[in-house]
Amino acid sequence: MATVTFDHVYKRFPGDVVAVNDLNLQVADGEFLVLVGPSGCGKTTALRCVAGLETISDGELSIGDQVVNDVAPKDRDIAMVFQSYALYPHMSVYDNMAFGLKLRKMSKTDIDARVREAAGILGLDRYLDRKPKALSGGQRQRVALGRAIVREPKVFLMDEPLSNLDAKLRVQTRAEIARIHRRLGTTIVYVTHDQVEAMTMGDRIAVMKDGLLQQIGTPEELYTHPANLFVAGFIGSPAMNFVTVTTAGGELMMGETKLSLGGEPARVAAAQTPGKNLTIGFRPEHLVLANGSDGQAMRFPAVVDVVEYLGNEELIHARAEGNDIVALLPSDRKVKAGDNVELAVPLDRLFVFDPETEKALVS
Amino acid sequence: MTDKLITAAIVVVGVPGVLIGYIWATEQVLRILPERRRPAIRPWLWLAPALAFLALFLVYPMIGTILRSFQDSLGKTFVGLDNFFWFFGSADALSALKNNLLWLIFLTLFVVGFGLLVAVLVDKVKYESFAKSVIFVPLAISMVAAGVIWLYMYQYKPPGAVQTGTLNAAVGVAGLGPIPWLQIEDFSVNTFMLIIVMAWMWTGFAMVIISAALKGINPELMEAARMDGATEWQVFRGIVFPLLVPTLVVVSTTMIITALKAFDVVFTMTSGNLNTNVIANEMYAEMFKFGQYGRASAIAVVLLLAIIPIMFFNIGRFRAQEAVR
Ligand SMILES: Nc1ncnc2c1ncn2[C@@H]1O[C@H](COP(=O)(O)OP(=O)(O)OP(=O)(O)O)[C@@H](O)[C@H]1O
Ligand SMILES: [Mg+2]
Repeated sequence: MATVTFDHVYKRFPGDVVAVNDLNLQVADGEFLVLVGPSGCGKTTALRCVAGLETISDGELSIGDQVVNDVAPKDRDIAMVFQSYALYPHMSVYDNMAFGLKLRKMSKTDIDARVREAAGILGLDRYLDRKPKALSGGQRQRVALGRAIVREPKVFLMDEPLSNLDAKLRVQTRAEIARIHRRLGTTIVYVTHDQVEAMTMGDRIAVMKDGLLQQIGTPEELYTHPANLFVAGFIGSPAMNFVTVTTAGGELMMGETKLSLGGEPARVAAAQTPGKNLTIGFRPEHLVLANGSDGQAMRFPAVVDVVEYLGNEELIHARAEGNDIVALLPSDRKVKAGDNVELAVPLDRLFVFDPETEKALVS
Repeated sequence: MTDKLITAAIVVVGVPGVLIGYIWATEQVLRILPERRRPAIRPWLWLAPALAFLALFLVYPMIGTILRSFQDSLGKTFVGLDNFFWFFGSADALSALKNNLLWLIFLTLFVVGFGLLVAVLVDKVKYESFAKSVIFVPLAISMVAAGVIWLYMYQYKPPGAVQTGTLNAAVGVAGLGPIPWLQIEDFSVNTFMLIIVMAWMWTGFAMVIISAALKGINPELMEAARMDGATEWQVFRGIVFPLLVPTLVVVSTTMIITALKAFDVVFTMTSGNLNTNVIANEMYAEMFKFGQYGRASAIAVVLLLAIIPIMFFNIGRFRAQEAVR
């Protein structure tokens, strides 16, 4: 087990591609860190740098106390689960898992014990003699996990290991990986572009965009205190609503609607130069139908466009002053398309962003 | 002149015409049949012309050759197994058989070995396609031309004379005497020299096929092995080589058949003298020099019998691979 430390790490590819841009990040010993971000943001590249499959262009990368910039992958004592699983097609499940142990000159009985234990944990006992070709996607995924587990490495790296599985299997395997992490306590760096996976699995989440680290924190921190517009929009499902408002003489205007703010958001708004635009954010699940009694709330009228029935809840798509608003309401509200409603957001659920720097002003 | 043009025109228009006509005719025939029988019969009708040609130009001559092998030199009287007894009793024929065995083993080893080596090395260099083209070029040269080129390489002049042969010139620079490469019978050195010529020609072929297979291996497999702690050599031994085996088998069987059919290089470079003869040359000599049609046919039959097991092996492997898919 070990920490993983990125110290001003850069990875440049030919043709002016900066896949990883000045990454500073410390993964604690035994931590489950999720790297999340949209496609092409440099997650895989960052992971491959840790593995040693890419040499870093600048900076320092350490595993434990050792700087590993010039250490070959085979000497880093790290296991990686590839997105394509990369199972050795000519070897049985057993040999796939035993390969790394054989290279370490481990005794046959020890190898056997470890492989069988891992197979037990992952429910692969019945398939040990099969070739990968004769396995289902989920089984292959578990073999890839098993191959990593038996090595008892310092760090696990996983690159979107669930992306090839169907929805049900994904939920199952998600829990399985969490269980394995609890049991082994090994440091894990896990890459995904799925924010639900990130929220449910990570001790901490690092959000990346265009090679730049946007924010790192626990799932709750990212949800309640997003550092900028990107993180606010990326974390949470359905995504946060954003509206642009103008400050005018101590008032906040959303189109023609005057917004009454109080508390922290109001102070921030008042501190801006008049005429400046602000971006206000609020999550669909925090919107309620205004009922007059809620004083500590920002309210605005809206016209309901579409209602999506989800069972327990309804997803309301509405328009307010030219903005598309999504609200998640209990399904007993009986809102219909075409209704005029007044929506309200509790003031402590409001986020305020500077549209130029995209940074959070209140969070 | 105009005759020829007319013939050409007839061929250019006529052949496709006949083919289209044939296909049209088969469809007419198929219409008579019940619908669900058609899929089973259509492929046979389409294959029929090819099968007919195969029968005419391959099966019929083969049967003729087999019959001939039991007849005397003029093909008049039936002599039983005499021709085969002659073959296995003749020192020349047995020497040719032994040489063919050397060809079979070492040509295959050299070609597959060097082809694999070059394919793996070339995979890591920058000017890969250029390097590959250079190595592939010899395959495009006719075997007779290759024989002539290598005659110059091996050329031998008595000690003291100027050595115009490339190899002996090089050996001379190193201060050693000229070596009569193609005349050393001990340990079949001269046969090995001939095998090298053929290997020079075919290495490019093996390289291209193996290189393609190499490109087909998912690079993540090698990365996974490296993460598992494998050195580059262990990655090759444990992952790359096993995945190349099916390809190596295909190349090997191709080379074995090529070795059994070896003729041109031997014919142009030594004419089979000094114990360098191979079966195909032996057959050629019996047939066209000595007019021994029966014996020549017997040799052809022996060659055929030697190739059949390899063919079956190849087909078997092919089937096995299909089954895995
Ligand atoms: N070998 C390479 N050469 C040049 N550019 C590369 C190379 N590998 C990756 N890139 C570029 O680096 C950027 C980051 O790629 P990376 O694979 O890390 O993205 P990712 O976050 O893993 O995306 P995804 O979610 O789609 O897997 C991309 O713009 C990609 O085009
Ligand atoms: Mg990726």
